[in-house]
Order: sequence, then structure tokens, then C-alpha cells
Amino acid sequence: MATTITMPQLGETVTEGTVERWLKQPGESVEKYEAFVEVSTDKVNSEVPAPVTGTLREILVQEGTTVATGTAIAIIEEVGAVPAASAAKAASPGAAASVTEPPKTREAMAASANLEPVPGFNLPEMPVQHAGNGHARVAPPEASSETSLRGVSPAVRKLAREHRVDVRSIRGTGANGRVTAQDVLAAASAAPAPAAAPPAKTAAAPPLKPGTSTYGEPIPGTLIPLTSARRIIAERMVESKHTAPHAWSMVEVDVTNVWKWRAREKDAFERASGYKLTLLPFFIRAVVESLAVYPLMNARFTPDGILVERDVNIGIAIGLPTNLVVPVVKGADKLSIKGLAIASGELIDKARRNKLSADDLQSGTFTVNNNGANGSYASAPIINGGQAGIVTMETVVKKPVVTADEAIAVRSMMNVCLSLDHRVVDGYVASGFLADLKKRLEAMGPSGIL
Amino acid sequence: MAVASGSQTMNNVEAVRATLYEAMKNDDRTVIIGEDVGNRGNVFLITKDFIKEFGPQRVIDTPIAEASIVGIAVGMAMEGLRPIAEIQFADFIYPAFNQIVGEAAKTRYRSNGEYTCPLVIRTPYGGGVRGALSHSVSIEALFYHVPGLKIVAPAFPADVKGLLNAAIDDPDPVLFLEHKKTYRLIKGEVPDGHYTIPIGKADVKKTGTQLTVVSYGLYVHWALEAANALEQEGLSVEVIDLRSIRPMDRTAILESVRKTRKLLIIHEDNKFGGIGAEISAMVAEEALFDLDAPIRRLAAPDVPAMGYALPLEEEYMSSPAEMADSMREMVRF
Repeated sequence: MATTITMPQLGETVTEGTVERWLKQPGESVEKYEAFVEVSTDKVNSEVPAPVTGTLREILVQEGTTVATGTAIAIIEEVGAVPAASAAKAASPGAAASVTEPPKTREAMAASANLEPVPGFNLPEMPVQHAGNGHARVAPPEASSETSLRGVSPAVRKLAREHRVDVRSIRGTGANGRVTAQDVLAAASAAPAPAAAPPAKTAAAPPLKPGTSTYGEPIPGTLIPLTSARRIIAERMVESKHTAPHAWSMVEVDVTNVWKWRAREKDAFERASGYKLTLLPFFIRAVVESLAVYPLMNARFTPDGILVERDVNIGIAIGLPTNLVVPVVKGADKLSIKGLAIASGELIDKARRNKLSADDLQSGTFTVNNNGANGSYASAPIINGGQAGIVTMETVVKKPVVTADEAIAVRSMMNVCLSLDHRVVDGYVASGFLADLKKRLEAMGPSGIL
Repeated sequence: MAVASGSQTMNNVEAVRATLYEAMKNDDRTVIIGEDVGNRGNVFLITKDFIKEFGPQRVIDTPIAEASIVGIAVGMAMEGLRPIAEIQFADFIYPAFNQIVGEAAKTRYRSNGEYTCPLVIRTPYGGGVRGALSHSVSIEALFYHVPGLKIVAPAFPADVKGLLNAAIDDPDPVLFLEHKKTYRLIKGEVPDGHYTIPIGKADVKKTGTQLTVVSYGLYVHWALEAANALEQEGLSVEVIDLRSIRPMDRTAILESVRKTRKLLIIHEDNKFGGIGAEISAMVAEEALFDLDAPIRRLAAPDVPAMGYALPLEEEYMSSPAEMADSMREMVRF
């Protein structure tokens, strides 16, 4: 029996998902609960487990394609079942014939090669045909060993990208009509201006040079294709900056005592929990206490009014080599400093191992950005969409400070910067919030109960 | 010896013999130790009459005890001699595995550089001579996993001399593999005088543009035969002779693959976990986006040994015709 696999709903507000990577190819067997496809939504990548044991019969959605949740993405033939294709062949010779018809075969070959959309040339729509089961689907490739030999090779993909040639426009001279690297080079020298690319885009595009450039290893003079994470970050940042009028303020906080408190506790804490004790949980604790005093800072702008959030869920901005993630400590106002240290430690650990779930990334109501690790003294952060503000912790520096009794003392000072959505709050509330936060941080330590 | 001026035609046995003779002549620290190396003069007559000229203290006949041969040689090497140990056939090297892997290869590391182990272990290997189960084996993959051990397997007389000299000069242990079918089959010009070929450098024996073939030992000759035949069909195949298995000349392989975009590895040893597996992995890691075809390995089937019966031996070995078929398929792919 064939089981149709649909795009799962990864998170309550998610309406669509992108097929990032097929971990199995048609013809390969899958175990129940074995991951067989990687799907991404918003900022999270998830591996989807197979609901049944069997053979992956068909891939219906190519890598890089975004479809609505519930859309059929693959068909798994359960173990022991007769492949539907051979059943269809027996029942309806016409339907099967169309599958093996030569012109379709070449397109199936191209489809099976999982061509990514490449900036600079447009891929035609994948050919679809209707099979007996009623699903619109890409014509399936032939026997798997043949398929792997007949796919578009990495060299062809690279050369096609570099020379902006549409592989499907080339007549292959390789075995069984395969397009070879030589064919691409021949096509590139025959047609210097590719027809597939609109002239305006061609003119605007930066010159492409040989070499595979990635975000991790950027090569000057090349174009790095957008990953879905990169694309989403770009969209979110533009959206936030365009819709939320950002205002900015900064206070200088004396963290000498809380710094000493942390130093006193950190070794014992790390031994007991396995997580490093940074200033972050102390800071989050102060933030949630200030949010309790200034609930307007824990709110969002909606067309109907200012929605004051019930929960206090603190997002933590974490920079990874290729992208930013903001996992959320839920119910942060109900956690002690110790609880916050463990919760944030877990999330940071998961982020670095790329194991964050969709759930880890949603429902944030306010965001903290620990920006000072590399010495930043002040920064103007962009608000996470749907929140009233974001605060940063800048670098801690020792400075001579005039104390309340007019003496000069060496103190550990840290700037705290706030960006706020001016639609939600004005400077009056924001500065009150910052002053409250400063007061709380300065009151922490040099000892206490975590 | 005369000053390097000309060259002489030699087969591989003669090249090994001439090089060993020079080494014995030029350096008193050189010692040859192994089964039948003395009075018998080696089963292939490589050290014939050496014992008469250099005496039994420098040409040492041993009992049939490979662990002792290598173990004694390791001690000699650590204390300043330049031993050249012989394992009569590579098939018999297993008892010496611990001495080679556990001792020789680790000497420098274990002693923090205080001791080195300038030891050469020569051994004839390979099949195609009706040698059956115990005179046909390829052992390179069993040893190439081991850091600290160099492995060379030259195919041409001139390379034999240059690499054997380099192995003798090397301060660390070198496993020197001599393909026994090439011993008298392969002849070539060998330059006069002392010279070395750096260990770890491959050699492009034939240039081509459509396919890179990487091989070593006897199969280099057969691959060249196949590639030359394909030239008549208008197909252009590049043949690289690894010469050194470890260190491996990654640069030469990658440069060639980036040019031809296709890679075929041919070796006589079993396919699974063989030298070809390492080359494939390296190319996949370094040059995936230059590949226009799946990497292919033509190697022995995973059966325990090469049989004595001719059909079994032929089934185990690849022939020049089979090599040509694989090359043709890959060029046309």
C-alpha cells in the first residue's frame, strides 16, 4: 500500500514549509521513524521521520520548493506492497506508456537531479502529469541505478551556474543523452547571452567567477545563493525596520557587584549543571522584573490596539557562523537566575548543534542580545517583529567612576542599549524601563541566592 | 660507480639488485636481513653473491620468523644501522605486523624524536603469476591506515631505483613493495649514479584530457596499455602512477581530476577499504563540484584470496581489456 506523506505543520502558526533536502532518494528503503526529509520553516530545520516502513517511491516536491502544510510531498510504498506503478501498468497500459515515453524521460532526468533555482536563470516549471492516484506529480525517474548515472553531475551544475546556462536547453551528448560538462561549456561559448535570463537582470547581476562560494567561505567576485534562513532573516529585518519606527536609548550600568557575584558562583555552577554561568541569566532576571513594572514594554502593536502580553517569554539572540537564531526562554518571569542559566544554556547549546525545534523559536515577547562578547560598546539592534523592544548587553569595562560620596573608584561598567517600537511606547515609558533595569542590575550582588 | 652520464636498460629485479648493491657498497651501516638473502641470494636472485662480497655480518640469513626479522631490524635501525629487511613474500608479513605497526611506525613519536627508525622493509607482492593463495597477496591497504609508516610501490625500473634510494635515506620506516609480476616483465632505462625520487610524488605516465586513471604497481602498465589502445579510438585518458601510496600525492590527483572531471581508480587489491576508497573520499571532499561522473573503482572482488586455477586468477585480476572497457564507459558517460 502506498502512503502519501504531506508537509507537516511544524508549530502552531506555521502555514508552509520548504523541502530543504531529501535524505532518501526514490528506490531507497526507509524505516519507520527514520528521518527521510529535511524541512525548514521560518528559522528552524527539522528532520521528518517516516510514518511507515517501506520504500520511497516518489518525491513530489523538489528541494528548495515551499509548499503549504498538508501538501503531498512524497509517496512511500509500504513493505511487502506491490509497487503501484506495475499495478497501473497491468491495469492501464496507456498510463504506464506515458511514463516511459522518451521526451518525458529527459525531463524526468532533469527533475530527478534536484536543480536548485539559480540566480540569473529561470528554470521552467517541472513537468507534471496525472497518475491514477489523482496526485499531480513529477514524472518518476526510471530504475534507480540508471537515475544516478543520468543525473546532472556536480560539475555540470557548477558550470551551468557559472556560465548561466539552462541545462535543460542543452542537447546532451553523453551516455543516454546526459548533459556533460563539455556540453555546458560548448553551449556557453555558443550563446554568450542566455535567453532564459531577462536582460535587465543580467545587467544588474554581479559578474560571476568560477568557484563555489558559500556563506561560510565567501569568495570575492561570486554570488552566494540565498539559504532559506538567510532569506527569512532578510525579510524579517526589512519588515521590522519598515513597519516599526525604531527609537533608541542607552544607559550605563555599574555591574561591579553582580560581576563579583557571578565570579563567586560560576565554578560551582558549572560543575553542578554543566553550563557556563555568564552574566546573561542575571541580566534576564533584571529584565523580567522591569517588564513586570513596565508591562507596556512586554506588548505588541496590532491594528486593533496595543496587545499587552500575558506571558513573559525572552528571546536570546545567538549569532551562528551562517545565520542568527533567537530561541525563546518561555515563562522567564517564573524562573530564578539558576533556572534562567540552565534554560538559556540549553538553548545556546541546541542552537550551536543546529538542534533547535520550531517550538524553541516561537512565542517570544521581548528580546535580549548579549552583544558585548567581542567588545561592542554600544549598538542599535533591530526589534524582533511583533515585540515592543530589544535590549543589548554591551561589553563590561573597568572605568574610573565618581561614586555617590564623590570618591573616584574603579568600577565594572556596562552599557545597556534599547531599541523600542515607537508605535507601542514613547520615550517616557522606555526611559522609565531602562532606569528601572539599571537600578535592579546595580542592586544585584555581590552575593545572594542564584 | 661511474659519474652519472648515461643509463642502462634493466628490469625491475636488476634495478632492485643494483640499488641494493650501491647502498651496501657506499655505506657500511647498510645491512640486509631476511630469509634466504645470504647463501641462496634471495629467491629472485636479487642479492646473489652479496654474502661473498659483504660477509654474513652484513647479509644475514634468518630463520623463518618474520616477527624476528623486523624486530631485529627495528633495533638495528634505532641504534644507528641502516637495515634493509626482506619479507620473502608479502603473504608472510602478518607475523611481523606488530613489529611494523606497533614498533617501527611509532618509534619517533613514542621517543619524542629521540629515536628514529630508518628501516626499509622490502617485499614482493601481487599476483598474476599463478602464485595461488600464499604468493599473490596485496598488503598495502592493511598498512596504509598507519601514520608513521611510508609505503611505496613503484612500477618502473627507474622509479624503483630512485624510490629505493629515497627509502634507504629516509629517517623513518618505509614499506617497499615490489610487484613480482613486473620483476622480469618490465624493462626500462635506469640512469647511472646515485639519485632519489621523493617519496610522496606521483608521476603522470600519460597525459590525457577526458579521464583520470589512478593506479600503481603492475596495473599501471596495463592501464597504459588500455589507454594507448583507446587513443586509437580518439579517446584521451590520463594515467597517473601513484608510486607512493602513503604519503599520497593529493595535489597530482586533484589537479588531474579538475582537468578531466572524471576519475577511475584501478588496483589489484580488494575494493572494500582499499587505496581507491581513500582516493575517492579525498576527491569527493576536495573536488566534488569538478566531477562530471561518479567516481569508479576497478578492483579485486572481495574474496579471501586469488585462486590457483587460471580461471580463478583471471577472475580476480583485471585485464587490460576490462580496464579499456571501464575507461571507454567513463569517457563516453
